[in-house]
Amino acid sequence: MTTAVIVFPGTNCEQDTEYALNMVGLDAELVWHRDTDLSGADSVVLPGGFAHGDYLRTGAIARFSPIMKEVERLAATDVPVLGICNGFQVLCEAGILGGALVANQDLKFICKPVTVRVASTDSVLTAAATVGQVLRIPLNSYEGNYITQDSPLQNGDDHVILRYCDTDGSLTAAANPNGSAHAIAGIANSRGNVAGLMPHPERAIESILGSADGRVLFESFAASVSAVKA
Amino acid sequence: MYTFVIQVDRKPGLSDPEGATTARALHDLGFTGVEHVSFGRTITIDIDAENSHDALATVESMCAKLLANPVIEHYTIDATS
Repeated sequence: MTTAVIVFPGTNCEQDTEYALNMVGLDAELVWHRDTDLSGADSVVLPGGFAHGDYLRTGAIARFSPIMKEVERLAATDVPVLGICNGFQVLCEAGILGGALVANQDLKFICKPVTVRVASTDSVLTAAATVGQVLRIPLNSYEGNYITQDSPLQNGDDHVILRYCDTDGSLTAAANPNGSAHAIAGIANSRGNVAGLMPHPERAIESILGSADGRVLFESFAASVSAVKA
Repeated sequence: MYTFVIQVDRKPGLSDPEGATTARALHDLGFTGVEHVSFGRTITIDIDAENSHDALATVESMCAKLLANPVIEHYTIDATS
């Protein structure tokens, strides 16, 4: 069984994501968005990029790519599903996760390391982390501003797993880089098997990259895949 | 053929960074009476259908499925022909 890394036209983080998944012992496989079968996958990752050029709304066209029927089917089971950056936007557009991601508050593309604090370990992305743990991970997005109609989340049963914070873990307005509601950087569904985040943990998995803090998130994901199999 | 103009707007009360930034710029330019600016999107669709009723129903379905995100947007549809 493999971890399917979905590739849309315009996806550009699939190889980094594949590398990170393999590093934690998973067997990543790139899957083209027009494929229609994920029966060989025990987990799914939607990586970052600009799927379908981000036309109409980010994630709006990708959400109807043929492979998404399979992603939706698996997300409804216990299979771990992760969306990173553009992948998170696709999961929100598909209604698999609640809320939406819109232009950053200051209308600037943000490409820099940020710090996030683990708010919950009840997800495939944070199971091996500890609540309050502060991680330094790069953010790379223009539409990373998480908004939701209701407080705190659109789907009442979704929950926050990561929040933007300053380097010592405090939630301050200055530490919220894009204006996200409740400083939300990542959320999970009620069962925790589907998670999405805006920062790029695959870009922080080795010290040579400036931070290895993203590795615990991939280790969580790998442990969650093993737990489902067991 | 029927033509429809669809206007898609951010729901009131939700964050609209483009609108807020433009409002600030207008204030800076001396347009102090500006109270609110919001951005939307206009989509024009030409569609072939049996009749105007069917055409409108089809466009409604397009809006619900793809053209607007019901989580953050609402839309209006105008028939122009």
